[in-house]
Amino acid sequence: MLLIKIRRVIKVGFINFWRNGWLSLATILVMVITLFVFGSLILGRVLLNATLAQLQDKVDITVYFKTDAKEEEVIAIKDKLAKLNEVQDIIYISADKALSDFKDRHLNNALIAQSLDELAENPLGASLNIKAKDPAQYESISRFLEASAISSIDKINYRQNKVVIDRLSGILKAARTAGFGTTLVLSLIAILVAFNTIRLAIFTSKDEITVMRLVGASSRYIRGPFVVEGVMHGVFAAFITMIIFYPLLLWLGPLAEQFFGGPNLFAYYVSNFFQLFGILILVGAFLGSLSSLIATRRYLKV
Amino acid sequence: MVYFDKVSKIYSPTSTALDDVSFSIEPQEFLSLVGQSGAGKTTLLKLLLAEEKPTSGKIFFESQDVHALSRGELPFLRRRIGCVFQDFRLLSSKTAYENIAFAMEAAGRTDEDINSSVSQVLEVVGLVDKSWHFPHELSGGEKQRVAIARAIVNQPDLIVADEPTGNLDPLNTREIIEVLKKINEIGTTVLLATHNKDVVNALGKRVITIEKGKIIRDDKGGRYVI
Repeated sequence: MLLIKIRRVIKVGFINFWRNGWLSLATILVMVITLFVFGSLILGRVLLNATLAQLQDKVDITVYFKTDAKEEEVIAIKDKLAKLNEVQDIIYISADKALSDFKDRHLNNALIAQSLDELAENPLGASLNIKAKDPAQYESISRFLEASAISSIDKINYRQNKVVIDRLSGILKAARTAGFGTTLVLSLIAILVAFNTIRLAIFTSKDEITVMRLVGASSRYIRGPFVVEGVMHGVFAAFITMIIFYPLLLWLGPLAEQFFGGPNLFAYYVSNFFQLFGILILVGAFLGSLSSLIATRRYLKV
Repeated sequence: MVYFDKVSKIYSPTSTALDDVSFSIEPQEFLSLVGQSGAGKTTLLKLLLAEEKPTSGKIFFESQDVHALSRGELPFLRRRIGCVFQDFRLLSSKTAYENIAFAMEAAGRTDEDINSSVSQVLEVVGLVDKSWHFPHELSGGEKQRVAIARAIVNQPDLIVADEPTGNLDPLNTREIIEVLKKINEIGTTVLLATHNKDVVNALGKRVITIEKGKIIRDDKGGRYVI
């Protein structure tokens, strides 16, 4: 009996979806707008995160060691630092490496090459390049180093760069918060628009719902087809939204890549196609069915 | 079968729809409820169907207090009462056939059961050739016959008809009343609310007259007198 009812509910849902042609189409179009906003927010976050990560990647501090510092000593400090939670990555640059890098950089400058040759020994010391997980953590890392008062350390360039690092970390934080806030507000608006559209669509069935109750239909049996319709609106809308994204990203992807230097959104769309599609279908179906449930509730009180 | 026990319905202090109404309906009875517009006929039927709650008093269907039922239990009561309205109240997005079948589907009947029963009642009301028409493609009389078919298809114990002929011409009126009489003859109780004098006089059955929310007359084999 339950199975028969479920089959009937689904069948009626499909029939109503088809017979309410224009109303279904209008609802789907509004839903497309909602899902388009959702999709854009997802893509926007991808872009924002990539850009911010890139920016953050540019921030680091370097610890310079004195020329007479022993390699083992430097490695020991490196290992110690690597154990810190805040540290993401440490690159050890030996004195020889520093010299060859320096030479490479000034290949065309004969004067520098010549004066380097005149020096018997390497004037550059080894160094450690430290990247923190979060720019705000450079302060504590450099404090840790200063506190351990290692005699072989020549200098830490954190203090010089402090202003820039702090400002950048502030910008990163603000950008993330703003991105999150925008996502929240826009999704809320999109949800309300979709919800109200479905509510209006169901309002036209208000009297019919009363009649159904009076001829002895249970609330669940009446609601079922509306929920099925809502899910269908969501699925169709997700489908259309994905189709719209294709040409749009094909055009916009390379442009955004040039401007932000971030990932190509079109490539992201292609490689995450099913994931993105899945999210949109889920959001659409959930919104559609939930709106139907809420909208029918008040008419079922008879 | 149905028992109204001191029922009052007060919408607002200045508008009392029913005032201390008590009466009972016996099984297989054909009872006409007459009175002018605004006398309280429709309110009385709405209370019986639990579409609205009484301000005071109780309404029993058999031994069940109608208003003690929860929203989940109400459908089971309503499946035993078929209702017909002045404005037909068909489901506009469903065909005549589907409108009739809906009452049975909602009750969880099997497909074979539905097919045979719906075809049968379509024959009874004479609409076999219009079964796939939508309500807006039917005339008033045809719509009302679909509504009656929907009301009787679940073989209810009671048919409640609220001014079923109010929007119909004399010919259709006679046909609808004939159908109701036939239903009554095969053992279904009928409660007919109407203000059509000719209909009531032609029936010659029990008549309850209400005026300003009170029962002022209750005659067996009565006539329409106001």
